Amino acid sequence: MSDELTQRIVKVIADTQHIPVETLKLDSTFAELNIDSLDGINVLFALENEFNINIPDEAAKEIRSVRDAVEGVTRLVEGGAGGASSEPAHAS
Amino acid sequence: MRHRVVVTGLGVICALGHNRKCFWDSLRAGRSGIEPIEGADRTQLRFQNGGEVRNFDPLQYFDQREIDLLDRFAQFGAISAREAVADAGLEFTPELRERTAIVTGSCVGGQGTEDEGFVSLYRRNNPRGNPLTIPRVMNNAGASRISQEFGIVGPAWTVSTACSSSNHAIGQAFRMVRDGDVDVALGGGSEAIFSMGFLKSWEAMRVVSPDTCRPFSKDRRGLILGEGGACLVMESLENAQTRGARIHAEIVGFGMSADAHHITQPLSEGAARAMRLAMADGDVQPEQVGYINAHGTGTTANDSTETAAIRAVFGKHADRLAVSSTKSMHGHALGAAGAIEAVATVLALECGTLPPTANYNEPDPACDLDVVPNQARVAQVEFALSNSFAFGGLNAVIAIKRWI
Repeated sequence: MSDELTQRIVKVIADTQHIPVETLKLDSTFAELNIDSLDGINVLFALENEFNINIPDEAAKEIRSVRDAVEGVTRLVEGGAGGASSEPAHAS
Repeated sequence: MRHRVVVTGLGVICALGHNRKCFWDSLRAGRSGIEPIEGADRTQLRFQNGGEVRNFDPLQYFDQREIDLLDRFAQFGAISAREAVADAGLEFTPELRERTAIVTGSCVGGQGTEDEGFVSLYRRNNPRGNPLTIPRVMNNAGASRISQEFGIVGPAWTVSTACSSSNHAIGQAFRMVRDGDVDVALGGGSEAIFSMGFLKSWEAMRVVSPDTCRPFSKDRRGLILGEGGACLVMESLENAQTRGARIHAEIVGFGMSADAHHITQPLSEGAARAMRLAMADGDVQPEQVGYINAHGTGTTANDSTETAAIRAVFGKHADRLAVSSTKSMHGHALGAAGAIEAVATVLALECGTLPPTANYNEPDPACDLDVVPNQARVAQVEFALSNSFAFGGLNAVIAIKRWI
């Protein structure tokens, strides 16, 4: 978890959940972090705001771990989806 | 002394039409009222479809001065009460006005009016608020309008328990008549939710289907929002028989429970307990129940949880009863849902036809019930349940008996 984008994503998740950023590992699942379905959509909301992206519902369903979030958000940010993405992001 | 409580009047306005005849014709035909949203700019939304009341002209029901004072949700409440009272053939004497109760349910009341006020204040920078906002927004505006319209001066109040609101309302109205507090009660609810602020909040929940509502179907993708109002006139059997009223059905039981679990995730034990309590309240045996109008929202979580609850309550009999979700046709009208579905359930018993679960494509092992897929079914059922389970884990179930 070295690059800056990954660290920002992890910080958003930690801040939204009010947990220390050190407790998050790239392979932590949301279930391990006690992030339930409602917490999960709140995390996505925070990520959308932080990076000004839109995470489509179908892609959102596939985000179940920190790595899923990092990969999905990275793809949207690097795809230049400045708030208008309507294509599924194939986050996995 | 306990009174038997019968339903003598029905009124409904929703995506399936402006009165109970249109409503029932659509349900019987399995015809969905879910269409592209017109009440808000859907190009700004991830989801496109809703169960709106179409071709609605409030001037057909109210004069302009009344409309100024009534949010769309209160209009729906009043319109459905007007139809129910006319259907019941009630004539309000001064004595009856004191012996009649009104209990309505609404989840978000006049949020459309509130939304307009916020747009004016924050977006248009108009520093002056509309003085009619408060009376339009309050959740009891529908109940108040109904009391004024008929001069009803008995107990009147409003229940707000999200998606269970109007089932809780009908249950309280039922019990007031059963206990002899009043002779007649109007129970129901109304909702009008198609404004951008509220739709955006639902969009953020990621539970609204991008196409349509397919309860219990394996390919279901979420709920479809709806709106409308519905009202049941309930009265003691003695009162109905004395005045020679036509009886639609009998309300025999009401059960409520709380999950004490999660603010949005349902728990099957809570739903099961509400169903058991409704049957116990009405002295109904599980084997006597032939139909359940399910909460059936079309979300992954609700439909599998509700199936588990029905299996827990009914055991083997779960394979012999019919379960359908009419939300597949009128959408999820939140605080009005219970009332709309209670009207559907009463009509199903009375007319001997079970409305289907529309838009059903594919069996889901997690929802392995007889869901009356896509086509209404002729069936004489003696007892039915109408389920409502709310966000926040608040459950309300009504038990209804066919009137013979």
